Amino acid sequence: MESANELLTILPVIIIGTAGLLVMMVDAFTENSRTAYWITVLFSAIGLAVSVNSLFGPTGTSFYNMIAYGGTAAFGAVLVMTGTLFSVMLTREYLEKTGRHIAEVYSMMLFATFGMLVLVQSNNLVTLFLGIETMSISLYVLAGLVKDEKKGVEAALKYFLLGAFSTGFLLYGIALLYGASGSTFLVDIAATDEKGLIYWAGVALLLVGFFFKVSAVPFHMWTPDVYQGAPTTITAFMATASKAAGFVAFILVLSRALPDVRAEWSDVIWLFAIFTMVIGNILALVQDNVKRMLAYSSIAHAGYVLIGFAAATGAAYSAILFYLFAYTLMNVGAFGIVAYYEWNKGLDFTEIKNYAGLGYQQPLMGVLMSVFLFSMVGIPPFAGFIGKYRVFAAAIDEGLISLVIVGVLASAASVYYYIRVLVYLYMKEDEGAQVTLVKPGMLYSVTLVILAVLTLYFGINPGSLTDLLLSFKDAAY
Amino acid sequence: MEIYLFILFATLAVAAAVGMITSKDTVNSALFLVVNLISVAGIFLLLRAQFLAVIQILVYGGAIMVLFLFVIMLLNLSSEENMISRFSVKYAIAFLLGVVVLSQLLYAIASVTGTLPYVSPEMERVGTVEALGDALFSTYMLPVLVTAILLTAAVVGAILLAQRKFSGKENK
Repeated sequence: MESANELLTILPVIIIGTAGLLVMMVDAFTENSRTAYWITVLFSAIGLAVSVNSLFGPTGTSFYNMIAYGGTAAFGAVLVMTGTLFSVMLTREYLEKTGRHIAEVYSMMLFATFGMLVLVQSNNLVTLFLGIETMSISLYVLAGLVKDEKKGVEAALKYFLLGAFSTGFLLYGIALLYGASGSTFLVDIAATDEKGLIYWAGVALLLVGFFFKVSAVPFHMWTPDVYQGAPTTITAFMATASKAAGFVAFILVLSRALPDVRAEWSDVIWLFAIFTMVIGNILALVQDNVKRMLAYSSIAHAGYVLIGFAAATGAAYSAILFYLFAYTLMNVGAFGIVAYYEWNKGLDFTEIKNYAGLGYQQPLMGVLMSVFLFSMVGIPPFAGFIGKYRVFAAAIDEGLISLVIVGVLASAASVYYYIRVLVYLYMKEDEGAQVTLVKPGMLYSVTLVILAVLTLYFGINPGSLTDLLLSFKDAAY
Repeated sequence: MEIYLFILFATLAVAAAVGMITSKDTVNSALFLVVNLISVAGIFLLLRAQFLAVIQILVYGGAIMVLFLFVIMLLNLSSEENMISRFSVKYAIAFLLGVVVLSQLLYAIASVTGTLPYVSPEMERVGTVEALGDALFSTYMLPVLVTAILLTAAVVGAILLAQRKFSGKENK
């Protein structure tokens, strides 16, 4: 039966949607929010397994061409599920320790993941928009989870207002493109012959909408406040899964809907990449709050990814996908460790000065933090290095030498603020208040160790993954 | 006949929209918005989009407007009398006459410049409930399903945010 086979093409979406509803219902009938947690972990793991499996499956479109499955879309699902699974695993202990553990968090995270999965598989601007909205609305709520702190409320409100604003841009762009091409299907938009003012205005607004979602400069203003105000593991979720989903959808839209105007948008993205890298890195240099620093660093990373978009070849897209994978692993890890320090009482452990000497107290956490930060800097043998290298190499192949030079310089500057955290952890003496760190739970440590091992594994042995990503012909050009 | 109705509705819609943003009283604004929404529904009807017209009145004119008015009344109780005291038959007649004169003027301009709407036979087909249902349950089936989750997420999220405190739900 045709329709049953079609359901299989969106299996991760179905699994996560079901899980979201299930967790919602379980929460209504039981007082125990751990049940909800375990259901979430179980279903996310199944979702991850299914999406990894679909990497090797066929590619095509289903649901009246609304959905594109396989290839880039399948890897997008893997990225989203990786980010979700690991952030969910970290979330329980963090929220329990900070006294905010409620089961609705998991259903909101699952609904957000549902939106991301729809987003990365969309083949039509309507599906794309619905995916972005489902994702964003759930994330607004998650950002506002901390209602007893001013910063949390501020984060949620800023995120909501700017998010709604950017949605307006995106929707206007979609409407104009629909007006110019008479269809919302990506392939039909690519086939538009008449490229008048409406078409270009639509393209521009669509780009602005995406730049907002992936926080490219100058549309990055919301990022630091939101990342700082939201609960830290939720920040990890926002910074990885939702960013990755946004970038994958960006690849799909650019490569499928706008392939023949590549020269035009690639120039625009070139400029945005430079701004994003330079400003993201400069602002990260002066941050004293670790969460804010990581927020600016994620803006800088978005800049490196945009280099790949400026190159816009099949190799560049596969490099972007690899970069996003490495980025997901190391960012969830880094935020996870910050979350661990944060739940210790006594000092505000998001301020870098309070990190002095902490590296020796819990050696495992200190070592793991070093792994994630070195990977973010882009030092071999970690995955972050391979990601940066491949993006830069793809850009050089396209002759974007000046862009790569800016990228390398920016990346060199970034060493300062990443290593600064390690300097505080290991080389500064404890001044004043002595704080004894509590041991993290078993599962929490294991999750972080897995992330570090994966970061190391894909740094040493990237071959199998990069070959797989290069074989995705559906997004090439 | 259709043309006259269109001009009437269009003028009414524009006039009400202008009235909405220029009136100082919030309740007046809201009521102007009702007039605007209903005239837009009339235009939909003229374009043979029956379903949209009904939905426009039910959802916007009904549910959303009631919500608006509730909020306004809750926030600002005193302005309620304002509306009634300032309302007079004279103003109402003046408003209607103004609309009629304006629509005649616009009709004259529109017929000279040739910008009057044209309803093709195809449009008569696509506006029906049947055509819409057909599209929603075939091509747009998946988006409709995704919307269901989107709305669920929004409801759960709204309740989550509206909760005053984290109740004693943490387990140990």
